[in-house]
Order: sequence, then C-alpha cells, then structure tokens
Amino acid sequence: MILVVLENQRGNIHAFSREAVAAGQSLASKLGMELSILCMGENASSLKEQASEYKAKDLILAEHDMINTYSADGYSKVLSDVITDLSPQYVIMGHSYMVRDFLPRVSAKLNLPFVSDIISVTYDGDTPAFARQVFNAKLATNIESDASNNTTLLSFQSAAFSSDDIELGGSDAASVFEVNLNNEDIKSISEPEFQESSSGVDLTTADLIVSVGRGIESEDNIPMVESLAEAMGAEIASSRPVVDMGWLPSYRQIGSSGQAVSPKLYFSVGISGAIQHVVGMKGSKNIIAINKDEEAPIFEIADYAVIGDLMEIVPKLTEELKK
Amino acid sequence: MKIAVLTKAIPSYESSIRIDSTSKWIDEAVVNFVVNESDSYALEEALQIKEKLDNSSEVVVITMGSEDNTSKVLKDGLAKGADRAIFIKNEDSNTDPLTIAKLFADNIKDENFDIIFSGLQSDDLGSGQTGVLIGEMLGMSTATLGIETDIQESKIKVKRELESGWFQWVTLPFPASVSIQSGINEPRYPSLKGIMGAKRKESKVIVGQPGLQKQNFINLFIPKNEKATEKIEGDVDGIVAKLMDVLKNKLRVVS
Repeated sequence: MILVVLENQRGNIHAFSREAVAAGQSLASKLGMELSILCMGENASSLKEQASEYKAKDLILAEHDMINTYSADGYSKVLSDVITDLSPQYVIMGHSYMVRDFLPRVSAKLNLPFVSDIISVTYDGDTPAFARQVFNAKLATNIESDASNNTTLLSFQSAAFSSDDIELGGSDAASVFEVNLNNEDIKSISEPEFQESSSGVDLTTADLIVSVGRGIESEDNIPMVESLAEAMGAEIASSRPVVDMGWLPSYRQIGSSGQAVSPKLYFSVGISGAIQHVVGMKGSKNIIAINKDEEAPIFEIADYAVIGDLMEIVPKLTEELKK
Repeated sequence: MKIAVLTKAIPSYESSIRIDSTSKWIDEAVVNFVVNESDSYALEEALQIKEKLDNSSEVVVITMGSEDNTSKVLKDGLAKGADRAIFIKNEDSNTDPLTIAKLFADNIKDENFDIIFSGLQSDDLGSGQTGVLIGEMLGMSTATLGIETDIQESKIKVKRELESGWFQWVTLPFPASVSIQSGINEPRYPSLKGIMGAKRKESKVIVGQPGLQKQNFINLFIPKNEKATEKIEGDVDGIVAKLMDVLKNKLRVVS
C-alpha cells in the first residue's frame, strides 16, 4: 500500500500535501496498490474532515496531546510507529520545510531510504524511477530505491503533481491509529509560528517584476538594476543570495523562503535559477532571463533567453526605455 | 562546549558540469571545488559562539570525500579559526544520504559533540538530510533551517525559517544537530595569521568504509527545456534592440 501523510498549514491542508495526494493516487494506480491517507498531529481531525472527499482505501487519524504542536521528535516517533505497523511500500509527503525537518529522522530511525524533492516519476514496468534536480539544477538524475527496501520515503517538489488531478469519491474506511508517546520522547520545545512585520510591499500583485541575482556581483551595481525597474515601471525583487548579502531587504525575496509571484513579466537579471528560487516564479506569464552562462538552469523555464553580460545590457536597455 | 561543523566541497557555480562516461556521476577533472555556501554560514555561527562563550570551547571542521576535492575545504575552515579538522576519506561518490550520514555518525560518535552545525543543504546533491540523519543516529535533538541561534544553559534556541516569511523558535537540549540557513551571519575571510597558523593545527584522517546504498542514481541527464525558449544573443546593441521589440510589440508591457 501507499501512505500519503497530510501536513497542516495554519488550519488547512498544506498545498504541497494536496499535490502529494495526487502523486499518491497516481503511483497507486500505476502500481496497482491501495492508498491510505494519514492525518497526524496538529489540527489532525480538521485535516481529516477536509480530506474526506479524496478517494482512498483508508483515512487514518493519529492524534495526541503531545503532537498538537509540531515537533520533529514527536512527529518522527509517531510516523515511525505508523510505518512499522502498516508497512507501506511508499510514504509520500510534499517537500515542505516541515518535511525537511522531520522526515530524515524517520529515515534514520527505521533505516529506510528517503528520496527527497522529486520532480517527476517514470516507470520501467512496475519499477518507478524518481527524478530530482542535482548540481544546482544544472542536471537531473533518476533514482531507484533498492528492491530490498520494504518502505521508501518520498517527498515531492511543489507542482510535480497538480492538486487539480486529485480523484474524489471519499475513502472506503476510516480508522484511528493509537498513538503512544511518553514525556521522554519529546526533547525539544516548539513555540508558535509567527510572521515578521512586513514592509507593505506586496510583490504578488505586481504586473512587472525585475529580479536580480548573484550575477550582479556587487552592491554597487544594485542601483543599475533599480534604474531598469524604474524605467519599466516594475517592482524590484531578488533571489536569496542578494538578500543574504544584505544588498536588498528580505521582503524583496522571491522563492521558497520568500514570496511566490506570477506577474505578466518576470525579468530576471543574473539569476542562475536554483530550485528554491524557481518555485517562487515559474508561474509567471512571461519570463525574460539575462545570464552570461548559456547553461544557467533559469533558461529552461525562460521564454526569452538572453545570453550576455548584464553589466553591458542593463544600462543600455534602461537608456532605450527612457527615450 | 564542543562544536562540530560539517562542511562539503562542491563544484563552484561557474564550473561546467559534464556527465561522465558511466552517466552516474560527473567529470570531476574539469570542476573547480569550493566550500558549500551554507556550510560557510554554519562555520561562522560556530566561531561566533566560541568567541562569545569562552576559550575552552572547541570548533572542529569535518568533511568527507576524495583528498583532491576536499583539502581546500578543511584548510579554509582551519584558517578561519576552527581548532582542528577531521577528514573522512572516501573515494566512492556516494549519493544515498543514509550511507553518507552513517559514515559521519560512525566516525564522530566518540567525539561526543554538544552541537553539530551543518549547512541546510549541499548545492550539488541537495538532499538536505545529512545533519538531521546524523542527529537521529547519534541520539541528538535536531532542527533545520536555523536563521538565528541563542546558546543557553545546556540548550540551544534556534529560530527556524518556515515557508513564505514565517518563523518558529525551538529550544533543543544538548546534544543538538542544527542545520543553518544562509544569511544567518556574515562569514569572515581568513586572516593572513589564520592561514599561517592553520598549518600547525591537528588534521586527523580517517579512512571511511561506506555501507551499501539503499537508493542509487540510475542515470544523470540534462533537464529538458519546458518551454519554446527564444534565444537572444550577439552584440549588445542587437540584444537591446531585440529586447525593446519584445517588451513593446510582443509582450506590450512598455509603450
């Protein structure tokens, strides 16, 4: 059987978890297996309610006072117990920050492989191969879990599957997993999640975005790109390294740890296109990318790939726009 | 306080990445290896903690891989201020996070570190699992994506980054394995004195014996273009003229 584990995100099923349900249903149908869905921990009974339409064999609830707030200790212990009890062939989750935090713990506890951040699945007969990006998205690889493994843990990158493809029809059964936790199982203490005060800049509503990356080389070159944005009437944004170096404030950051945008035009300047950035902007209607490296992965998703030196192109383009 | 920093040599951003004849790995001969970016932040965090606490604390940089690729990484760590280095020699290009973590865990368990810092993920394989796996294997508490730390009496408080601008504080009792997000601090450059002094510091070599992998690369491949991408290249004036045409006439985003 295949087990999909749902994650709570502030009261709702996490968007990545809905995609994981679509992934699980797809794998189950390709491999002729049954699918169960586990609602565990934080907000579990509400998640179960929200998942009641999903077509599955069993909808499982695992609740306990000690996992009402997420902790890597508690979640990894409970999921390990569920896996030991049910022996699923595959355990599937979205590749969220929470999954990165606790699923490796399950992998180590039970000595099970964890193939993380999968972008697609292909099949050689009944054997699935899981593709993931490597070497900063310059290459991808197909991964096979060894046939000797009873269970393989999988996490899918956002948009690897679409939640529009979820098959509805409800689950055949509902069950409760008896959670066993003791005080000594949970060593770490988690505080409530919080959001830092934002600047009021909402990049998600911008029509035009000029976004700058590591290729800008120096803080001194930021005004050059700001001039381009101004000449186009665009908001300025950036990839993570620019924010890490303090060249732009963090609320300008696009990507998994920043904002996700889908403007009419995303004009990317000196951004290589690491996965963490691309997940925040690949929904843009049009993408123009300037990079001097012809092999930059950003070009794989660009409509217009400008291969050249941004230091020369950007000032000239700004000048033309101002005419 | 004994702090380990796991650091990895990875191909630089500028390196050209070519699939080798086995199609399971890359041609390392044409690659320039550098320190993985988030590992530099992990090292800086450890050094700052040591400086804040007392001089009896110890920072140990640890890496694994082939000698050719990794020697720079340990030298860099020692030059920046780490007290000693451990090199786990392993010529196999292991790709299974469990196999890699086990090699680390088996070879450092006797050190009884209070804290293990690692970068949140390596920019080559990018599994982002090593620090957490080792933590579990050694019975430590764990946290990932640390963006701020605060050392307290026999515990560490970590501000974890969550998605889309959300955060969470977690408090972990020692021993703790914490992965560090880039941007947490400003990594220092090695000083000339540091570079000279690094040569006299202890660097221990352990020959690693990797176990069987539970997951394997079948083949590496170049990702397919998802879109009908139009290439624009050539001289600067030609590129700018073409871009103006796209912006004005095709996308109609400027007038």
